[in-house]
Amino acid sequence: MSAPKTIYDKIWDAHVAHEADDGTCLLYIDRHLVHEVTSPQAFEGLRMSGRTVRAPEKTIAVPDHNVPTTLDRAKGIDNEESRIQVEALDKNAKEFGVHYYPVSDVRQGIVHIVGPEQGWTLPGMTVVCGDSHTATHGAFGALAHGIGTSEVEHVLATQTLIQKKSKNMKVEITGSLRPGVTAKDITMSVIGHTGTAGGTGYVIEYCGQAIEELSMEGRMTVCNMAIEGGARAGLIAPDQKTFDYVKGRPHAPKGADWDAALAYWKTLFTDEDAHFDLVVTLKGEDIAPSVTWGTSPEDVLPIDAVVPNPADFEGGKVDAVARSLEYMGLEAGQKLTDVEIDTVFIGSCTNGRIEDLRAAAAVLKGKKIKDGMRAMVVPGSGLVRAQAEEEGLAEIFKDAGFEWRMAGCSMCLAMNPDQLAPGERCAATSNRNFEGRQGRGGRTHLLSPAMAAAAAVTGKLTDIREFEGAA
Amino acid sequence: MEKFENVSGVAAPMPLINIDTDMIIPKQFLKTIKRSGLGVNLFDEMRYDDKGNEIEDFVLNQPAYRDAEIIVAGDNFGCGSSREHAPWALKDFGIKVIISSSFADIFYNNSFKNGILPIVLPQEQVDVLMEDAQKGSNARITVDLENQTVSATDGTEFKFEVDPFKKECLMDGLDDIGLTMQKVKAIDTFEAEYGKNMPWV
Repeated sequence: MSAPKTIYDKIWDAHVAHEADDGTCLLYIDRHLVHEVTSPQAFEGLRMSGRTVRAPEKTIAVPDHNVPTTLDRAKGIDNEESRIQVEALDKNAKEFGVHYYPVSDVRQGIVHIVGPEQGWTLPGMTVVCGDSHTATHGAFGALAHGIGTSEVEHVLATQTLIQKKSKNMKVEITGSLRPGVTAKDITMSVIGHTGTAGGTGYVIEYCGQAIEELSMEGRMTVCNMAIEGGARAGLIAPDQKTFDYVKGRPHAPKGADWDAALAYWKTLFTDEDAHFDLVVTLKGEDIAPSVTWGTSPEDVLPIDAVVPNPADFEGGKVDAVARSLEYMGLEAGQKLTDVEIDTVFIGSCTNGRIEDLRAAAAVLKGKKIKDGMRAMVVPGSGLVRAQAEEEGLAEIFKDAGFEWRMAGCSMCLAMNPDQLAPGERCAATSNRNFEGRQGRGGRTHLLSPAMAAAAAVTGKLTDIREFEGAA
Repeated sequence: MEKFENVSGVAAPMPLINIDTDMIIPKQFLKTIKRSGLGVNLFDEMRYDDKGNEIEDFVLNQPAYRDAEIIVAGDNFGCGSSREHAPWALKDFGIKVIISSSFADIFYNNSFKNGILPIVLPQEQVDVLMEDAQKGSNARITVDLENQTVSATDGTEFKFEVDPFKKECLMDGLDDIGLTMQKVKAIDTFEAEYGKNMPWV
């Protein structure tokens, strides 16, 4: 009998196309997702060396980072460089014959939302993309991670990646979450616990009752931020929820293929006694609605805490915290619920799915955002947007005073015109609070969609558990 | 890719931890469809004020470090986005080696693909080199890839680890895709068998 394996071990073993004596492997790639920012140089490289895309049928391209999200975007992109980059993807997708969802297609959206939505992402697959948030797809029990542009070119040309195996890490969330606590709070709390380098060298398997109880949307939120914890990838064992989500999607297997796939997917669990190199356990009931106060995703605290003092930290973190507080314009000891904000961003590959919009709309129903607040909802895909309109969520957002936008990455990284001005302070459902991330001098607080919605109403970071009318 | 040559030169000290790829090359410079020309925007928002003037205090603006070829950095250098624009910008500026107690995974891999050597050393050894780097042009840090050593100005030598395959690629300037293409038969065989077993993929 072979040694017990983790899911990561199983997926890895199923994809090794070649192994050198030193353990360097060629890992076969099942799905290669492509967007406009990290691919032009890779396609150009193919052209220069006379190479082709080895498996265009396994390559899916969609523009998302640069695209405008205003309603008039059919008129084109004003910024010349952005326009050239999107046009380059249009041209490359056509020339190399890969699947493509152009800006004009209702299925266009953030690549990590489109992949699962269209059934490209399936359990047991290897999924890569020139984007660190590829970790999202791990929610399906896939091995999914970000790669650089040289690796994008390598995958385009060879459908493989040169890899050495990572170590196994288990993050277990026991018990159930308390009311008001979401997948976003889980993933941020884990990073608060492990630090942004805590996962370096590992692939994380998230497990435990609280993870099992999450919807597929919630699981995607958790895996999405595995990279913020430094891990190569994060994944979750597929179960009935996974199979139900996948079934019937445009590119999911059908008929006899479905039965064969399902039988295989049911083998994708971590064997009893499989070895983990590192185990982290948090109690679900200990996780609070959380918010970031600094400029690293590890700078996380429960919403009812106060801004920490640099002196409470050790080593290089002392200076880093002092720098963060200055950048963020915060004082040690200040209550987080006293921090006033002027902008709210709901969207991104972390929290731009239908369930996220439902959670935010539930908070906003019958309420208005604070005077002077700039608030926008950017659905993760055209289909999420359409569904939200059908469910009446769009009306709730608009009635509350939110802008109701078209799909894209938008203010998560501010490559399009959706940006913060210096000193503006944003409650954001995205994934990074780095200096300048949402615009030079902009200040970002990461939180869940419900908390972002509540902040839009009160004008301050708000404890969702104490917000009037909160579910 | 050009071959990696040993480096002996000035090292810029950047003790801040968690220097992320948004700091290394902010998003407004990711709109290029080329790999070159990003050096001028390396660390843009730390290096220039909002009018584009150099910020004097920033290490790479100081006379001693303007031609630095090495960076000695705080923990978890290169965290965040997968943008290869980060090593492209470092390379274009002239950085050949980065020394830290740890690197983010994707940045670490991206560096090798661009002829940059990221060196991981224990914190106390990084501290020694950081102190040395702070002496500016009075200090010279020497990196010998073949022997896997870093030497401080006073000759104190530290051994570092590097994956043998990555080392070979750097030393010989090997092109990854070309190397993998030599194994195309293995990929063909794998793909055929795999396609039979998992036709839905």
